Amino acid sequence: MTVIPLRLPRRLLEFTLDGQETRVPEGSTILDACRAAGKDIPTLCEGDTLTPKNACRVCVVEVEGARVLAPACSRKAEAGMTVLTDSPRARHSRKIVLELLASSTDLSTTPRAAEWIKEYKAKPDRFGPDAARLDEEPKIDNDLYVRDYDKCIQCYKCVDACGEQWQNSFAISVAGRGFDARISTEHDGPLTDSACVYCGNCIEVCPTGALSFKSEFDMREAGTWNEEIQTETTTICAYCGVGCNLTLHVQENEIVKVTSPHDNPVTHGNLCIKGRFGFQHVQER
Amino acid sequence: MKKRERTPKTYARITHPLVRDKKGGPLRRAGWDEALDRAAAGLDAARGSFGMLSCARATNEMNYVAQKFTRVVMGTNNVDSCNRTCHAPSVAGLSAVFGSGGGTSSYGEVDHTDLILMWGSNARFAHPIFFQHVLRGIRNGARMYAVDPRRTSTAEWAESWLGLNVGTDIPLAHAVGREIIHAGLHNTSFIERATTGFEDYAAEVEPWTLAVAEKVTGVPAEAIRDLAHAYARAERAQLCWTLGITEHHNGTDNVRALINLSLLTGHVGRYGSGVQPLRGQNNVQGGGDMGAIPNRLPGFQDILEPDVRSKFESAWNTVIRPEYGMTLTQMFEAMETGDLKAVYCIGENPAQSEADSEQAVERMKKLDCLVVQDIFLTATAELADVVLPATAAWAETDGTTTNSERRVQRVRKAVEPPGEAREDIDIICDLAGRLGHPWKYADAESVWNELRSVSPDHYGMTYERLAEHQGIQWPCPDTDRIEPTYLHGRLWDEDPARRGRLAPFGIVKHDPPVDLTDDQYPIRLTTGRRLDSYNTGVQTGSFASPLRRGEYVELCPEDAERYGVSVGEEVRISSRRGTVQAPVWVDPGLRPGLAFMTMHFPDEVDTNQLTIEANCPIAGTAEFKASAIRIEKLPVSGPVSGSVSGFVSAPAVRS
Repeated sequence: MTVIPLRLPRRLLEFTLDGQETRVPEGSTILDACRAAGKDIPTLCEGDTLTPKNACRVCVVEVEGARVLAPACSRKAEAGMTVLTDSPRARHSRKIVLELLASSTDLSTTPRAAEWIKEYKAKPDRFGPDAARLDEEPKIDNDLYVRDYDKCIQCYKCVDACGEQWQNSFAISVAGRGFDARISTEHDGPLTDSACVYCGNCIEVCPTGALSFKSEFDMREAGTWNEEIQTETTTICAYCGVGCNLTLHVQENEIVKVTSPHDNPVTHGNLCIKGRFGFQHVQER
Repeated sequence: MKKRERTPKTYARITHPLVRDKKGGPLRRAGWDEALDRAAAGLDAARGSFGMLSCARATNEMNYVAQKFTRVVMGTNNVDSCNRTCHAPSVAGLSAVFGSGGGTSSYGEVDHTDLILMWGSNARFAHPIFFQHVLRGIRNGARMYAVDPRRTSTAEWAESWLGLNVGTDIPLAHAVGREIIHAGLHNTSFIERATTGFEDYAAEVEPWTLAVAEKVTGVPAEAIRDLAHAYARAERAQLCWTLGITEHHNGTDNVRALINLSLLTGHVGRYGSGVQPLRGQNNVQGGGDMGAIPNRLPGFQDILEPDVRSKFESAWNTVIRPEYGMTLTQMFEAMETGDLKAVYCIGENPAQSEADSEQAVERMKKLDCLVVQDIFLTATAELADVVLPATAAWAETDGTTTNSERRVQRVRKAVEPPGEAREDIDIICDLAGRLGHPWKYADAESVWNELRSVSPDHYGMTYERLAEHQGIQWPCPDTDRIEPTYLHGRLWDEDPARRGRLAPFGIVKHDPPVDLTDDQYPIRLTTGRRLDSYNTGVQTGSFASPLRRGEYVELCPEDAERYGVSVGEEVRISSRRGTVQAPVWVDPGLRPGLAFMTMHFPDEVDTNQLTIEANCPIAGTAEFKASAIRIEKLPVSGPVSGSVSGFVSAPAVRS
């Protein structure tokens, strides 16, 4: 349970969700309402600590009377609206989106992607092998993290996390337009020549594993990455006095990566280079 | 430019106890029983001349047990930690004014304040996640002012950077105060209601006109005036500082000078208005709160209060000496005179973190018995008679730590410690048992519950509640409610009884740095942190940071040109205490006559051989921020490689 900050009381509004009358606090999104009602809506680009970017379109739902489908992650619930989350139209749209994404991008490290592809009966291979958007080697230009753009779905969450929403380093930018748009550093240079401060807050929000810890990347390459046997323990950073919360991912008594709880009032899921990568000293044994 | 060739030292974990058979001999492997027997015998022989260096990186529970060991087992109040080298002046200043040594605000309030004054703090590098709160505040419309001798990356975000001369914080603060008074912007109702000593303060700051302050501080009068008006007119304002304020021979006076501004304007004790020292070690706040300081018992309760003492005496079944113990600084002086013969050092590295480090090492060598409990064989551990391998508190034990906003949070064990390493509390209890005090704690939580029973400020924080609320800020006297996020709201109370002790203005005077610059030592050296490294580097040395380039002496472009040195070129740096050698880096954020170094790589460049052990008489903190140095070009030299002209010809900054 988290502490609810005291603010002006929010009114509840009523609307119909899949035929059920439902009440949510005003300001909630349709996705919030779905989650409160225990409905599992697929989503990739939604970031709980970031303003929704509406990029992936996997979470679309049908709002009665609306011309187009609405992204559940950013469409606010309104009193009296009627929403269908699992209508044939919404399902069909999700199927196509998943087919387009999975045919052009490597979703092998995207959590739940395989499950959704199965559920929506998506057939990514029907576009043939030419649909792949990229075919490049992962960029490994430092010892801390790896950029594997074949896995990037261009949700722009890393851009927002590195930019004005959190880190304000602006090391990550978008190059190109339209089909050529891609995530990059300024002037497309190596990370080590960029403004990057290696906080890893982009890795924290990346939904597909396009950005990952080098430790995780290497273990996956070696076939030793095994989330089933990993434990996650939340503790406090060993460095300065700010008191950031770290979640240590431990496999066979080794810390293999560090994340941060998104609902924490100190860190909001963010860390600095020392907190995220400076754990190695306890393992020099 | 190409990276400099470095052979960085990485520290391996200690996995078994070590003992030294005779002074000057080597350390050898020993079993736990032998090592603990040796340690106990050494400490036992030195009863009455014992000092404990407790660890500001370990848990609250460990600090509680360590100070209890000092007071109950060894019968002395000589317990202290590295808070002495960083924020002791903040604690001294805050508790003198408000009766409590914690920062008054929470991070969340920074998101919603109207003005943020960062004074002597490069938070963008030293406290990056706190700085995210600052950035959110700025995005929400707050104005930020940065006061710092260096135009740091924190200052890059400020509306105005006040680049003052090192050691002129009091003149600047006094000029800001005078301007506020003369402009009629002081909060008279708050001053009358909640403070004492305003008349004396007004008289003290009266000579510090904008023109006089400009001359002394180097900050243009108009910039001082602008800051004064902005701070006083803001509805809510946060005043934050770090070691740029405290690491001076008059650090406590500096802190008082800043707090005066908050009293003058009423920027304290309200949501969004307050004063915040940003602490440098993950549990330096908690270590002090737990009584691991020579003048306070757990819960920051004054050792000279008879009622407080008798409460602890009955809880611990002991007699507590009614006197303040020695600070870390005094302990080192007592090693010199032979008044301190045994030291139990837990997780601290004074051989490298003390100012004038060479002197510190010589002093520790004079001890009859030095017991070091750590996770690495640090430079301090290498001097020890007994080395006890401990666990890394943050990842290998359970417990709690307390952050800069007084939030007590749970630390949890995630990995097993290596080899024979044992938890701090178990080791201390084993030693206590050998010295006649058979203590048994089932776990960290039972230590915490003992602390809760003697510390009213912590009473309401059960482990269960700490987990439920993601940490709770002290004070938390009740188990069923949470206090406001800010301290000292009482000062605004209309009822004088509930208002409590009034907050006194600090009547402090300008006192320039002890180590004056002259023809022989013309450059002012100031020290600080870099983003990816930490203190003496034993923790950060073992991860591969792409940002790390080792130690450099940073000069401004003009000085680099004047000395005819370029980036990467090795130079000799001398102070009145020592000489080191380091390559040059050029930073346009510095001003002529100002150099910058860190203490992150003492095995490569021992910066603390240069710093001066001029201590704040109240807090004992040394003047790490102001040494006088000289830079000398070496006879045979040359840049490492590459073009460096881009750095040297960088645009000049305002001087």
